[in-house]
Amino acid sequence: MDAMEWVRGSLDHCVKCTICETFCPVSNVTPLFPGPKYVGPQLERFRTGNGSPDASLDYCSGCGICTTVCPQGVKIAEINAKARAGMKAERGVPVRDRIIARPSVMGKVGTPVAPIANWFLQNTLVRRLVERTLRIHRSAPMPPFAGWTFRSWVRRHRPPASAERAVVYFHGCSTNYFEPRVGRMAVEVLEHNGFRVVVPRQECCGLPLQSNGLFDDARRYVHRLVRSLVPFARRGYDIVATSTSCGLMLKREAREILDLEDDEDLRTVSAHTYDVCEFLLMLHERGELKTDFKPVPMTMPYHAPCQQRGHGIGRPAVDLFALIPELEVVETDIECCGIAGTYGLKSEKYDIAMAVGAPLFRQVRETASEVAACDSETCRWQITSATGIPSVHPVEVLHRAYGLGE
Amino acid sequence: MSADAVVIGAGLAGLTAAIRLAEGGLSTTLVAKGVGATHLAPASIDVLGYAPALVESPARALPAFTDERPDHPYARLSPRIVAASMDWLRERVPAISYTGSLDENLLVPTAVGVAKPTALVPEAMAGGDLRAGGRFAFVGLRALKDFYPAYLAENLSQAKLPSGAAVEARAVELRDPGDEADVNPLGYARQFEEPGFRKAVASELLSRVEPGEAVGFPATLGLDNHRTVWRELQDLLERPVFEVPTLPPSVPGIRLFRALRERFRQAGGRLVMGPTVVGADTRDVVVERVVVQAAAARPATHEARWFVLATGGFAAGAIHLDSHGEVWESVFGLPVAGAPGAEPRFLPRYLDDHPMARAGLAVDEVLRPIDARGRPALENLFACGAVLGGAEPWREQSGNGLALSTGFAAASHILERVS
Repeated sequence: MDAMEWVRGSLDHCVKCTICETFCPVSNVTPLFPGPKYVGPQLERFRTGNGSPDASLDYCSGCGICTTVCPQGVKIAEINAKARAGMKAERGVPVRDRIIARPSVMGKVGTPVAPIANWFLQNTLVRRLVERTLRIHRSAPMPPFAGWTFRSWVRRHRPPASAERAVVYFHGCSTNYFEPRVGRMAVEVLEHNGFRVVVPRQECCGLPLQSNGLFDDARRYVHRLVRSLVPFARRGYDIVATSTSCGLMLKREAREILDLEDDEDLRTVSAHTYDVCEFLLMLHERGELKTDFKPVPMTMPYHAPCQQRGHGIGRPAVDLFALIPELEVVETDIECCGIAGTYGLKSEKYDIAMAVGAPLFRQVRETASEVAACDSETCRWQITSATGIPSVHPVEVLHRAYGLGE
Repeated sequence: MSADAVVIGAGLAGLTAAIRLAEGGLSTTLVAKGVGATHLAPASIDVLGYAPALVESPARALPAFTDERPDHPYARLSPRIVAASMDWLRERVPAISYTGSLDENLLVPTAVGVAKPTALVPEAMAGGDLRAGGRFAFVGLRALKDFYPAYLAENLSQAKLPSGAAVEARAVELRDPGDEADVNPLGYARQFEEPGFRKAVASELLSRVEPGEAVGFPATLGLDNHRTVWRELQDLLERPVFEVPTLPPSVPGIRLFRALRERFRQAGGRLVMGPTVVGADTRDVVVERVVVQAAAARPATHEARWFVLATGGFAAGAIHLDSHGEVWESVFGLPVAGAPGAEPRFLPRYLDDHPMARAGLAVDEVLRPIDARGRPALENLFACGAVLGGAEPWREQSGNGLALSTGFAAASHILERVS
C-alpha cells in the first residue's frame, strides 16, 4: 500500500472515542473549528478528488496533538493537512500564505538591511498597513532579524583542535536569520562534549510551505535539503536539529504528509535525525555527556511544544535540566501556545491563537523568575510576545550551565 | 532510553502501576500509543456490580465470586489488596475526593437512567446515590450531545431498588444555557468554569426545582475548578447537586487522567506519549528492552529491569487476531487464553456479548503472564488491566476496579522483588 493510502486508510481505525477532541487546542476555544474527529476521519469519507464539503478544515492549526493522543493510531493531523492542501489547490492560496511560508526568502532579504527591516516590523503604522493589505495581524509576533547569520559565524568559527567524533548540525532558517545565537550555542555545547560539528549547506525544510498547503514547493524544498544531508547520513553521521518542528519534518512529517514514504534518501536522513535534547540525553545515558554544570539558580517554566511532542521521545530537555544544580524547572501542562508555526500570524486566526495560548501565558508569568524555555522558535516568539518574558531554547540553558560564556 | 521500570499503556491500570513504581523509588517510564480509557469511562471505581445478581457488598461477594472463578484476575488478589488500592487512589487524587468503600456499593444513575452499582465515586457523584430512594431533578443542557434527561428520569422512576425505596425523577430542560451549536460535555465543562455562566444556570433553575429535590447535572461541572463549580452550585441552589456520567468524552475521567498524570510527573516519572511499542528483545525468560516506533525511521528502545503490560483489551489493540483466527498478545507475542477457537468470534451488534472480548492473558499468582505449561512466560513482565483474561467487566461491572487493583498489585509485586 502506498503512503497516501496508508495514512488515509488509518481513518478506518477511528472508533469515535473523542479523545482527540478533548485535546484539540483550537476546537476547545472556538466553534469555528468543529474538532479533529469531525474534520478528520469523519469528513474525509466525504472528500472525493479535491473537493472538501466543509471549509472549517482551514481552522485546524496543524499542531498534531490529535495524532499524538489517538489510542488507535489514526493519522488525524496528517489526513487534515493533506485535505487542506487539496482544498487550497481548489480554492487558491492567498499571497500572504505564500510569503509567510518562505522564512528563508524573508531572511535573505531582511538580514542585510536588518536595522531598517526591524524598524519596519516594529512600526505600528507599517503593521496596520500590512494587516490591511496582507491580513497578517498587527500584533502577531514577528522575530527581529539578527543582522548576522549563523552560517557567516560558522564559516569564521575555529573548532577546537581535538575532536574524537563528529556530528552534523541541521540549523534551519530561523536559527540562521533570526536566532543565530541558538546555533552558536548548540555548536559550542556539542564541541564541549568532544564533537566536531559539521554544518552542510542547507536551506528551508519546507515545513511552512507544507502547513500552508503548498505541497509541490514543500517537496522541492525538502528534496533539496535531503540531497545536502543524505551523504552524511549514508556515512553514518547523526544529524541533530535545534528546530524541533523542522527536525520532525525530516523525521516523519514530510514522509507522511507529502507522500514521500518511498523516498529512500529521506528515509535514510530520517533514520539519522535527532532532536538536540534527544541526542544529548542519549549521550548522557551512555555516560558520554559532560556533566560539569554550574548552578543556574532560577525557576524556569519549560513548555514542550506540540511539535516536540510529535517526536514521541518524552521530554529529554527536562531530564537534562535535572542535571543542572539549583535550576528549578516547572513543566507546563498546556498542550499548545497557539502560534502553530504561521497559524497565529494570520488576522483571522490571531485571536484564536491567543485564546489557545492564554493558560500557558498565565503559567509562564506565574512561574518564571528570569526566562522560559521551549524547543520551538515560533512558540518562543509567541510566549515572549504575549508575556514579555524572554524565551530560550533548552540548549541555551545548557550552554549557560556549562559556563561557555554569553 | 533506560529506566528501572517501563510501563506500557496510559489507562487507569498503567497510570496506577507507573505512579506506584515511581513513588516506590524506581525510575519509571510510561510509554503509550495514546491516551487510555480514562477519557471514555466515568471515573467511578466499579469493583463488582453483578455476580451475576446485584452485588450490595463487593467485600462480602468477592470470596465466593473468586472461588467459583479461579481464572478471574480477582482470584489473584485478596479483597484486602483491592481495598488497599482504593485507599491508595483516594489519597493520590485528593482533589477528586473519592467517596465509598469496598464494603457497600452505591447505586448511581447512568445517562440512560439505570441504577448502577459502584464502590467508589467522585464526591460530586455521590449525591446521586439512589439506595434510599428520593426525589431528583435531572438538568438538560440544550445542544449537549447524547444526554436526554427525560429519558433518564423516566427510566429511573421505574428502577427496582433492593431497599424497595422509590425514586421520583423528572427532567428540567434549561432554556438557553449557552450560545454554541453542537457541544460535547467538555465544552460545557469549560463554560461552567465561568462564574457568570453558572450563576445564570442556577438562577434559572432556582425557580424550577421543587422543595426536597436533589439536582443531577450531566457531568460537566467544571474541569480545573471543578470543586469550586460544584460547591457553588450547591450553595446557589441550596440543595444537593450531583453529576451523572455522560457518554464520551467523560469529563470526570479527564479530571482523573489529569490528576494521575500530574501525580506521575511529581513522582519523577517519564511519560512518552505517541510511539507504538512494536516488540521486545528478550534473553531466555527475561525482557531486556521494548522496541518502539516513534517519529524517526528507526526503532528506538526502552531498557529496564521490570516491565508492566497495561495495553488494554482487544478493542485497544492489545490482543491481535489475524485472518486465520490466530490470536496473540500484540507486544510480546504472549499466548492468549479464552479466545474463541472458531466462528463466531463477533456478534452482529456493537453491544453484543462478543466471544472475542473474553480473550486475555492468563497470569500467575503475582500477575505474570504464563505460558501453556502454566509457568511465567517472562520473569520480569507483569500484566494488569483489561489485557487480563478471565473477566467479563461489561457484565460484572468491574472494569475500573480491575484496572486499579491489578495495576496496584502489579507494582506491589515488583516493589517486593526490588527490596
